[in-house]
Amino acid sequence: MLLYSFKRLLYGLVTIWFIATATFIAMHSVPGDPLLNNKAVSETIRKNLEKRYGLDKPLSQQYVIYIGNMLKGDFGVSFTQQNRRVNDIIREHFPVSAVLGILAITFATLGGILWGAITALYRNKLPDIIIMFLVILGISVPSFVFAALGQLSIIQMNDLFNRSILPVAGWGDFTHMLMPALVLGLGTMAFLVRLMRSSMLEVINSDYVRTAKAKGLSPLKIFFSHQLRNAVLPVITILGPAIAAITTGGFVVEQIFAIPGLGRYFVQAVQQSDYTVIMGTTVFYGAFLVFMVILVDIVYGFVDPRIRIHAES
Amino acid sequence: MKISKFLKIVSCFFCLLALPNINLMAQAVDFEKQKVTIALADEPPSLNSIKSTDQISFFILGHTNEGLLNYGKRNKLVAGVAEKWEVNDKGAKFWLRKNAKWSDGKPVTAHDFVFAWRTVVNPATASEYAFIMYPVKNAEAITNGKKSPDTLGVKAIDDYTLEVTFERPCGYFLGLMAFGTYYPVREDFYKAQGERYAADKENLLFNGAFKLTHWVHGAALKLEKNEHYWNKEAVHLNEVDMPYITADALARFNLFKDGKIASTGLDGETLKNALQNKYKIRKFSDGAIFYQEFNYREGRVTANIHFRKALQLVFDPNELVDKVVAVPGNIPARSLIPLWVKGVEDKFRKEYPAKEISVDIKKAKEHLAIAKKELGLTEFPPLVLLVGDSPTASKQAEYLQNLYKKNLGLDVKIDKQIFKQRLAKMSVGDFDLVSAGWGPDFNDPMTFADLFASWNENNNGRYNNPEYDKLIRIAQNSADPKIRMDAFSKMQDIIIDDVAILLQYEAGSVYVQSRKLKGVARRVIGADPSYINARVVE
Repeated sequence: MLLYSFKRLLYGLVTIWFIATATFIAMHSVPGDPLLNNKAVSETIRKNLEKRYGLDKPLSQQYVIYIGNMLKGDFGVSFTQQNRRVNDIIREHFPVSAVLGILAITFATLGGILWGAITALYRNKLPDIIIMFLVILGISVPSFVFAALGQLSIIQMNDLFNRSILPVAGWGDFTHMLMPALVLGLGTMAFLVRLMRSSMLEVINSDYVRTAKAKGLSPLKIFFSHQLRNAVLPVITILGPAIAAITTGGFVVEQIFAIPGLGRYFVQAVQQSDYTVIMGTTVFYGAFLVFMVILVDIVYGFVDPRIRIHAES
Repeated sequence: MKISKFLKIVSCFFCLLALPNINLMAQAVDFEKQKVTIALADEPPSLNSIKSTDQISFFILGHTNEGLLNYGKRNKLVAGVAEKWEVNDKGAKFWLRKNAKWSDGKPVTAHDFVFAWRTVVNPATASEYAFIMYPVKNAEAITNGKKSPDTLGVKAIDDYTLEVTFERPCGYFLGLMAFGTYYPVREDFYKAQGERYAADKENLLFNGAFKLTHWVHGAALKLEKNEHYWNKEAVHLNEVDMPYITADALARFNLFKDGKIASTGLDGETLKNALQNKYKIRKFSDGAIFYQEFNYREGRVTANIHFRKALQLVFDPNELVDKVVAVPGNIPARSLIPLWVKGVEDKFRKEYPAKEISVDIKKAKEHLAIAKKELGLTEFPPLVLLVGDSPTASKQAEYLQNLYKKNLGLDVKIDKQIFKQRLAKMSVGDFDLVSAGWGPDFNDPMTFADLFASWNENNNGRYNNPEYDKLIRIAQNSADPKIRMDAFSKMQDIIIDDVAILLQYEAGSVYVQSRKLKGVARRVIGADPSYINARVVE
């Protein structure tokens, strides 16, 4: 198990290095650079700016310097935001995205497992049809539509009660998180419902469930200890990448609900060609994703003893 | 039955969560506290006035800091840190008021201006707005590394007298004194902060109507009345709170609708929504002008005057404004110099009306035929139209594409690029036509006219007309308003006769604002909107 974990970790590091290098190459091959602005500057100022940010050096040298600093954990200073360190940007804004993401994933997982199990139990009956219709809606409607609808419904609700039940946007306390988390988690929840449904259907027809029934166990006992526990495995598998995707992919939701998360910086940096922020956020997110995948592998071992034994042998 | 019970429980849960918050929620306007809440579209990228270049930074700085002069009611120049001044062809002299103070209580002195201006032009600073200092003696030479920063034509005669020597006569110099780049910066504080200057609220000093008391990056800013401000009696608001930062216009509009913010700008979509809600729509001309630039580099068909004439003669700015832009406040452009710019006595455009061009498809086709002959082409290659990635930009590009195809049989390829990529393609000349715009830096035709001087770095199409260059030099080297405006009038004609660019529209914006908020000034130049003299009424 230890060797297995170590190997996974090593692969992870190689992946991160690859992400960093690929981003570096892609970023520099796109036309335009962070020093360009609406108003053109004179040749001298341009040269001074290049010197300050080290862009006057050959690309290979920039790469070596960059990787060196990255190993020391220093992502440099933003080009577009004066005197702000990329490390500070990540440190200040990632927790916001993470809190929102965790709330969204909690909501998505609970909802996904619950509704997924229900659709399987009521296969081809009315609840199944209704839920599956909503699931297709949840998967195909983009999050900005849900976000706008969510915001509108808050306004309607506040208007109806003539007082502020929920804030329309902004960041501060738990009430600010509810609607954005709901919207953010919706797509993942819909996906999980489908996954849960198919995996549950497989379990329902399995031998051990029939045996349990034959033994005369109560339906509730069968549901929780035999069906759910086995059916939930695939859900856990995709949970790692899903957490990473949700905490990093919240740009639209963050923008609409005026939430100071990292997603906004991630997207804006690309539009602004802000080299240091692009590298910092991409490598950070890449590392986060790799870490989540490894974590899931380890957790998987605990949930499913068969995998643990297999890995050890 | 079961579901409705579930919903009841859920809604009770929501209510319980929200209850303790009701009184804490920010409201748009507060009469008792004289507090206004607004939303920002973006975080200010740089509050270091020496280096700021963008609107949001200048908006905050315009509230927290003050130059020698300031914009007052009706956008007239009024006394700022300077209480009186003298200007002539050679230079200017300012007498500073003794009660102007920094937010730590120390006086604002002439040395603070000398330090700030020298830092702006110092090539080591690499300030992108250094060009705005060029009317001051030696500024351009210093920026290009040919002279040392202490040769800049600005001198503190004593703590409260500042003397400026000009590089050449400058008719609009007083207007520049209200511009952010010319704000004072105190040397000891600036140096003590080092690399951290302007990075957070603790790393800033204020000498304006407000001070920045709260700044959570990307989330919130708060301005509070500055008790050290010399003219604090004229400031009614105690607080301008900005707890929301979002670039999403619909989100900001929703906040307005919910009574959380006092004002917000509208785009095409939110405008419809605002009209449905019967809100009072306010209009404001924001001073910028939009146009298509042509590429004059070798081998481009757009370098041919007859080709450009053909494009000009089929294009009707009225139709573009009414049917494509379709947001009130925008005006069809008839000249490079917008309607609001000052001339000799009155507005420039009143004194020197621009030539009218009317659509004439027959004549356009004749010009196109001549162009074909002159260029020796059997068929025109598809034109590359470079545009930004906003929905508005796409809409306008598609309109032009259709217009040229229908009337002239020309094919247009739309090259849609995100911000920096578009700038890169513009500066290397990778286009035939490019949608561009320009916002003014001061109230004089020069802020627009010199864009098409052959030496201007912003002249992306490389328009080169010796006659035009000569007129720019005349306007630059004279202080006589009549001589200068006559020169601008001739440039105005050249732009149209030579089809140097294809004029589109003067930009305007529409917005909604709480009825309880009065005295907010909208400005073409400087901090816009300005809440300095605003107040909340009952």
